Amino acid sequence: MAGKKFTYAPAPESRAILDLRSSYGLFIGGEFVDSIDGRTFKTISPATEEVLAEVTEAGEADVDRAVQAARRAYERIWSKLAPRERGKYLYRIARIVQERARELAVLESLDNGKPIRESRDVDIPLVAAYFFYYAGWADKLPYAGFGPDPRPLGVAGQVIPWNFPLLMLAWKIAPALACGNTVVLKPAETTPLTALLFAEICQQADLPPGVVNIVTGAGETGRALVEHSGVDKVAFTGSTEVGKMIARSTAGSKKKVTLELGGKAANIVFDDAPIDQAVEGIVNGIFFNQGHVCCAGSRLLVQENVADIVVSSLKRRLGTLRLGDPLDKNTDVGAINSAEQLARIRELSDVGEEEGAERWSPPCELPDRGFWFPPTVFTGVTQAHRIAREEIFGPVLSVLTFRTPAEAVEKANNTPYGLSAGVWTEKGSLILWMANQLRAGVVWANTFNRFDPTSPFGGYKESGFGREGGRHGLEAYLATGNRGRDV
Amino acid sequence: MSDRLSVRKTYKLYVGGKFPRSESGRSYEVTDAKGGFLANAALASRKDARDAVQAARKALPEWSAATAYNRGQVLYRVAELLEGRRGQFVAEVAAGEGLTTRKAEAAVDAATDRWVWYAGWADKIMQVQGSANPVAGPYFDFSIPEPTGVVAVLAPQGSSLLGLVSVVAPVIVAGNTCVVLASERAPLPAVTLSEVLATSDLPGGVVNLLTGRVAEVAPWLASHMDVNAIDLVGAGSDQAIDLEVAAADNLKRVLRPTDEDWASEPGLHRMLAFLETKTVWHPIGV
Amino acid sequence: MTTTAPLQVERISEVTASDASLRGFLHGLPGVDQVGAEARVATMSSRSIKTTAKQWAIDLAISMIDLTTLEGQDTPGKVRALCAKAMRPDPSDPSVPRVAAICVYSDLVAVAAHELRGSGVKVASVATAFPSGRASMAVKLQDTRDAVAAGADEIDMVIDRGAFLSGRYLEVYDEILAVKEACGHAHLKVILETGELGTYDNVRRASWLAMLAGGDFIKTSTGKVSPAATLPVTMIMLEAVRDFRDSTGRQIGVKPAGGIRSSKDAIKHLVVVNETAGDDWLDPDWFRLGASSLLNDLLMQRTKIATGRYSGPDYFTLD
Repeated sequence: MAGKKFTYAPAPESRAILDLRSSYGLFIGGEFVDSIDGRTFKTISPATEEVLAEVTEAGEADVDRAVQAARRAYERIWSKLAPRERGKYLYRIARIVQERARELAVLESLDNGKPIRESRDVDIPLVAAYFFYYAGWADKLPYAGFGPDPRPLGVAGQVIPWNFPLLMLAWKIAPALACGNTVVLKPAETTPLTALLFAEICQQADLPPGVVNIVTGAGETGRALVEHSGVDKVAFTGSTEVGKMIARSTAGSKKKVTLELGGKAANIVFDDAPIDQAVEGIVNGIFFNQGHVCCAGSRLLVQENVADIVVSSLKRRLGTLRLGDPLDKNTDVGAINSAEQLARIRELSDVGEEEGAERWSPPCELPDRGFWFPPTVFTGVTQAHRIAREEIFGPVLSVLTFRTPAEAVEKANNTPYGLSAGVWTEKGSLILWMANQLRAGVVWANTFNRFDPTSPFGGYKESGFGREGGRHGLEAYLATGNRGRDV
Repeated sequence: MSDRLSVRKTYKLYVGGKFPRSESGRSYEVTDAKGGFLANAALASRKDARDAVQAARKALPEWSAATAYNRGQVLYRVAELLEGRRGQFVAEVAAGEGLTTRKAEAAVDAATDRWVWYAGWADKIMQVQGSANPVAGPYFDFSIPEPTGVVAVLAPQGSSLLGLVSVVAPVIVAGNTCVVLASERAPLPAVTLSEVLATSDLPGGVVNLLTGRVAEVAPWLASHMDVNAIDLVGAGSDQAIDLEVAAADNLKRVLRPTDEDWASEPGLHRMLAFLETKTVWHPIGV
Repeated sequence: MTTTAPLQVERISEVTASDASLRGFLHGLPGVDQVGAEARVATMSSRSIKTTAKQWAIDLAISMIDLTTLEGQDTPGKVRALCAKAMRPDPSDPSVPRVAAICVYSDLVAVAAHELRGSGVKVASVATAFPSGRASMAVKLQDTRDAVAAGADEIDMVIDRGAFLSGRYLEVYDEILAVKEACGHAHLKVILETGELGTYDNVRRASWLAMLAGGDFIKTSTGKVSPAATLPVTMIMLEAVRDFRDSTGRQIGVKPAGGIRSSKDAIKHLVVVNETAGDDWLDPDWFRLGASSLLNDLLMQRTKIATGRYSGPDYFTLD
């Protein structure tokens, strides 16, 4: 248990490296511009509710301007540029991200509420890695297995969530640009700032104006972008509910659509698992990024004969988690991203209790201001409980038990989702059998929540379709066959 | 010429390896290209579609878990049987599509060859589409294609055998099972194909074949929550939009209709449309 | 509370009844995934220990040091100098705590015991044909008895890695048991020589074996084999003592030794103690750092914090 003797003194990362402006425009055609109707909104730090900056809300007309800028850039410059040169722009961006990594990490933690340890060690290094990886594809596309002369789609409209703001931007923009598309990207309304800093990076890299456009706003802005007739490709990461709306609104169009949506992953622990590492995997699976992870291991399926051991080890380990200031280098659990999300987590947790599951959190002092929720474990959960079925998207773990591998598979697959799963056992053949049986796009065996630009990521069933990352991720941004009747 | 009375064939549905009539008891008249009576075909209902989906779901575990080598062999055997029924198919295709015998022969031969082509993919698609991913860390990481599940297929309206084969084979070769709605106007080759499948080694339920109206049956397939994907190639443009909207309810993978030249090289996209990519990670250590 | 360990105290005699039962038990312990264990340590290593926390950790680390000299060239003079340093690590600053113990070869125990009498600094002696452990049982036991007779408070024995690696667990167990008996009142530290064990699974098994046999401490290394103490090994051993106490109620100490040279390394070890085993092990009675040059680096860091400027080696004694 985390002791009381050794108290880590505050170790806050300095904000001095940031040069935050008081207000930001939309990034269209290589410049920051005001919206046509002058509407703005504020973005706050979820840890303190401090206003960080005023951000412009893009209306339909602004989205239209952005799509037109992207179209012009596509037709006049980007599609005519030698692939090698496209690649070199992406390499430049990757390098600038590395150079400005600390600044980006601090800003991400401020705007999102995630611990600086994660933005510094996970998010931002991966952002650079994705740009680096896809930069190299730009002039090698004929070798990617999509025919001898794969063509870009045109203008990509991309809508990303608030949980990994800059990383999701990289997942979207890097392959799109490498394949020769131009983009209009809408970051989430609660986390627009790193995308706007990324716009500055595009300027710094001398990226031709209009190749990347950033429009800030909420759901309506996203809808305008997705439904815009000038968009050839829609890429969305977010909730399954919105994903379905997008699938409907793009029906019958020529738009190629990829969706990366929700999940309710099972993290399955067998009795012969390396218990200490499994406990780490459970912690990493559901408390990484406050559980704001679509592939979070939110259902712990533990074999009945080790359930007590695993749960007690887990609780002991949770006692060492440090919740608090996201900018403190020793913080493990940061702030919930928004009041709205906090309300949802609270609501579903209350439902869990009402349904009879046993709720537990380690002793944990929550700050007075900002949006906070303690790491929470529900035991005695059954498949029928809402907390075992619905995506909570917060630091809440539901513990269920199973007796045999077949039962584990049955329970793991008994969900409309199919994004990810975890398996913990030292028996090799069982790992491969489980990996075969699980209906999920990513299976982590004896590890969890690992990401890499070379590794395809995406869901089965209602977790969406299409893959991001790796060679497979190129397909989403290339004309590779069926797109609609008129093609 | 003998004055023997011929034995006429009753055209039925093919569901779960059996040949039921439509539960509705209905049938519809199938005519040749010039409007002459050919036969009565079963007019499938909503409930037939439901039963077919159930049969496809039931057949999925075994078929998707069969070895690729086995699936390839089963499919190749189907091609052998197609060849054996060449005469019957030529007659049905010629009548239904209004083709000359020579053109019908070419279409039937192309269909058989297409089936052979797809049969050979069974144990190759994973090698072409899978990968080992060089992640930056001590992990072995690989990606493999897996069948999406139960696929609804609206077969092409014009090409009653070659088109049909070109949309069914790519779905099942990788381990999916399917519910196929045959060409509404020229369904007879599809029914004959089901007889071929029934006498082949293909397990019952892997392919389920319905005859009937797209407008009546397709919406039930598109909205069915236990169907994982849908090929809309046999739907009209306006129908296709509604079907795609309905398919969004459980985020089916949708292959939108395109104007296909069924005689041309098919490429991979019909197979890839109904494959999921699964990525598996494992640490490397002692 | 249910425990992570599969053993209740009343079962210890069953477990050690035969080679087969002991083997079954040790191989039934949960495995250690190398990548996962090292990732966990890397996370703990990234803790930022600053200001007051650092000050506290440095003093604690000093008080946990087993100040060691284990060279062929050791002399009574060298040992006397080391003892002086152990009692007053920084002659100019009486607020510096004394170290936990002096660690020497058995022939020099009498010298150290004389120097340290009444100081509170313990005398530890390596024994049992240190560092290889390759001698007859009789020689090993005599070595132990000599050291105890000369005034050693603590005995650091080495296990027979050859026997361990060839699966003769009961032989290793019996040997530890015999040495423990020879120790009398002296505390026994069992050196696993983890650098020769090859896997973390073996480190876990050897830890349990030593604890079952009655060792008071488990210690990573002789310092004569590379790698010596590493953070993952220390963590695995801390997990073992944590689980052992959960099972049996008996608390065992941990001593990483060899290769810990900087304050930064020492503080990382303390973080691992804190987050793996917790408060009860953050005490010189339960956690030691076997080291020699580490002390001066801790003193330099201490001075830096006190004065605000970086110090240099000329300002600290070399013994």
